[in-house]
Amino acid sequence: MSDLRRRSTAILWKDLLTEVRTRQGFSAMLSFAALVLFLFSFAIGPNSALLSQLSGGLIWVAIIFTGTLSLGRAFQTEELAGGIRLLRAYPGDPRAIFLGKLGANLVLLAALQILLFPAAGILFQVDFVPHAPALAGIAVLGTVGFSVAGTFFSALTVHARARELLLPLLLFPALIPVVLGAVGGTEALLAGDPMSRLTGWVRLLAAYDVILFVVCLWIFPVVLEE
Amino acid sequence: MKAQRTLGIVSVVAVGACSIVGLFLIPADRLQGEVQRLLYIHVPIAWVAMLSFFLVFLMSLLYIVQRKLKWDLLALAGVEVGVLCTALTLVLGSIWAKPTWGVWWEWDPRITTTAILLIVYIGYLIVRGISDDPDQRARWSAVIGVLGFVQVPIVYLSVFWWRSLHQPPSSPRSMASAFGAVMLSAFAAYTVAFTYLIMRRYRLAQRELELELRGPEELA
Repeated sequence: MSDLRRRSTAILWKDLLTEVRTRQGFSAMLSFAALVLFLFSFAIGPNSALLSQLSGGLIWVAIIFTGTLSLGRAFQTEELAGGIRLLRAYPGDPRAIFLGKLGANLVLLAALQILLFPAAGILFQVDFVPHAPALAGIAVLGTVGFSVAGTFFSALTVHARARELLLPLLLFPALIPVVLGAVGGTEALLAGDPMSRLTGWVRLLAAYDVILFVVCLWIFPVVLEE
Repeated sequence: MKAQRTLGIVSVVAVGACSIVGLFLIPADRLQGEVQRLLYIHVPIAWVAMLSFFLVFLMSLLYIVQRKLKWDLLALAGVEVGVLCTALTLVLGSIWAKPTWGVWWEWDPRITTTAILLIVYIGYLIVRGISDDPDQRARWSAVIGVLGFVQVPIVYLSVFWWRSLHQPPSSPRSMASAFGAVMLSAFAAYTVAFTYLIMRRYRLAQRELELELRGPEELA
């Protein structure tokens, strides 16, 4: 077990280090997410009441669009340099690759959200501050589900020619419970949970996260075999 | 081979007979009118779609455990029959819903989940095109065959919760008593047809694989 942890941490560290040194990925991600938020405002119109009412859904769609682009790169960079073959050649459980990549994706998405939520709060005129701790909880649950499915399908589609299209095609259906849970939870929270549905959404998110994680972890070596 | 042909003839006759009885002979539902007859096709086809995807799930699991290509070929057969039947289910359902509910589409959990199911298994068929190596292709497909099936009940549940926030479905799917015997025999007939289609597609997939592995010259 500690072996698995050591290997996963090594991969997590490597990915983050690459990210920090190149910095291309993250700043592009951030700008893209900001653009998506702007596009929503343009599409919906300068109606601040409507925007703040829809803010929960808009933020999560922005996170998922941006995240899908960045998740796609998780294995793509390895594929380009032949790194995936090398990673696989190392002894030990291949699940470490999944866990390490998953960790790196989680860190990246968390960093994105720390910047995106305040930005959305300003643009859509929503006050997130009083709900910050609970919102962070929902964000973590949503991000875990998203990253687990995203990392998994990213590994699966890395060899495809049209992977930019194939990844969302496979990923989005798997994300429906995550989207509904995260959006439902965020909206319930911002509205002061009038129908006490928050617990239900949180439970759905948590349960789906666990199921996804277990199934993906179990099946991941099959994806990676050669 | 002969058994297969017999099965084919039986399915054509059975499905044909059920369609004639359902579409023309028995009286139409008094409340819904003639359009209700569509249900004698819609419901059994939806049943075949579910049956297909369950087959895909089982075959994918078997492949992951045993790594025999025949399970992969059976899963492929299941996906193709399932995708066809799911698409037909949605189209027939829409045609039925327009005069009955007044809309082509309703965000009902069952309908929404069915549409998502269709997309998932279309994704499955696209993934099969990624690799030319039969084993690799089988592995990746099996992964989606398993994961796709696992996510379905949860997608259904989450859409159900989401839906319950909105108004309840305006028109309940209450069925008239004429349902009974015709519907049951339609289920049986379509299940026979399902078996036949899977068998044919499996044979074809075997041939395709042989061709792929040996090349056309050696087959002669």
